[in-house]
Amino acid sequence: MYAFTYHRPKTLAEAAEQFDAGEDAAFVSGGHTLIPAMKSRLSAPSDLVDLSGLADLKGIEKDGEQLVIGAAETHAAVAANPVVNEALPTLAALAGSIGDVQVRYRGTMGGSVANNDPAADYPAAVLALAATIRTTRREIAAEDFFDGLYATVLEPGEIVTSIAFRVPSEASYAKMRNPASRYALCAVFVARFPGSVRVAVTGAGNDGVFRWTEAEEALSANYAPAALEALQLDPAGMLGDIHAEPAFRAHLARVCARRAVAAPGKLTLC
Amino acid sequence: MTHVNLKINGTETTVEVEDRTLLVQLLREKLGMTGTHVGCDTTQCGACTVILDGKAVKSCTVLAAMADGGCVTTIEGLADGETLHPVQEAFRTHHGLQCGFCTPGMIMAAVHMIERHGANLDEDTVRHELEGNLCRCTGYHNIVKAVLAAAHSAAK
Repeated sequence: MYAFTYHRPKTLAEAAEQFDAGEDAAFVSGGHTLIPAMKSRLSAPSDLVDLSGLADLKGIEKDGEQLVIGAAETHAAVAANPVVNEALPTLAALAGSIGDVQVRYRGTMGGSVANNDPAADYPAAVLALAATIRTTRREIAAEDFFDGLYATVLEPGEIVTSIAFRVPSEASYAKMRNPASRYALCAVFVARFPGSVRVAVTGAGNDGVFRWTEAEEALSANYAPAALEALQLDPAGMLGDIHAEPAFRAHLARVCARRAVAAPGKLTLC
Repeated sequence: MTHVNLKINGTETTVEVEDRTLLVQLLREKLGMTGTHVGCDTTQCGACTVILDGKAVKSCTVLAAMADGGCVTTIEGLADGETLHPVQEAFRTHHGLQCGFCTPGMIMAAVHMIERHGANLDEDTVRHELEGNLCRCTGYHNIVKAVLAAAHSAAK
């Protein structure tokens, strides 16, 4: 890892100042993506501004029809939180399925969403649950937030402070994991709201997480696994690698969606 | 350079390190505590697992500076003189190791697991929660036996 200067700000304002003062600064929270990237020299920031200790980025609360989670909350904290388990148990289960025990104590929701790894879990929940990403500068709808592989519309120096999820009447998540890395080869989050259904697919799209609108329409008409039988995603839009060809990922999306619908309120590991 | 204050195995320690120093490097290279191993160095194998502020973490992916002010327990902090910690003893009794490289991380993960679950720990939970600790000898069977035995004997 190349040398850098580490900062531990006490406030968001101080974090912004330290970021601006750095020649090529980066924010870090759990660091479980960034530190490995820095070790392999894929990333070489001049300064690291550590957000993980900021009280402004912590807290989990139900606010009317929304569940608001601070960006620096770890996966372990989300998985164990009683408010999340009551309002959105599928989100708690999703958080508890990320990485492993040790990783979940360090990795954070804000970090995962800002990184937008195409195989990450949280982006699927954010998109399917019509979440609002709150930052130090604005509020961004999930639809407008993700911007392709490892990219979002966040501007330099902009910090995700919390994420407000719309609480659905029912939600489920089904994931086919790569047996070695445990990242999603394909995973589907299905959220049912009064009068509408939203379906988000992660791990599979060659442009990152996406909404599967045909599945949403089919499930809005008939909320049952059978409604998905005839659907087929175009492999041209899928990722392909040594682990799974595009056609296989397109197939997995339908399998995961079907299994998610068949197990309401649950996480299904395929 | 940065000053890092840590309570390591009960002892207050202040070390001056480069900002890029990893927690595992501080332990091994600055303090000579080589019980914590570096296996993959990519957050996968868990050989570097230590307990930081009550939570099992992979010390190859935590900067020493990030841990500043914290409390660390390593494998060196478990035994009481010549008397092994019950989890260490269980690994010996049940031959929960082959080459032994992954053992410090396995034991730290197990200690943390038993703290959280106590005697309620069952085999499925042990296997699931050891997901972040890899044994390249594939000696999982006896590792799981050892963790379960330690969990059940701790409750007695």
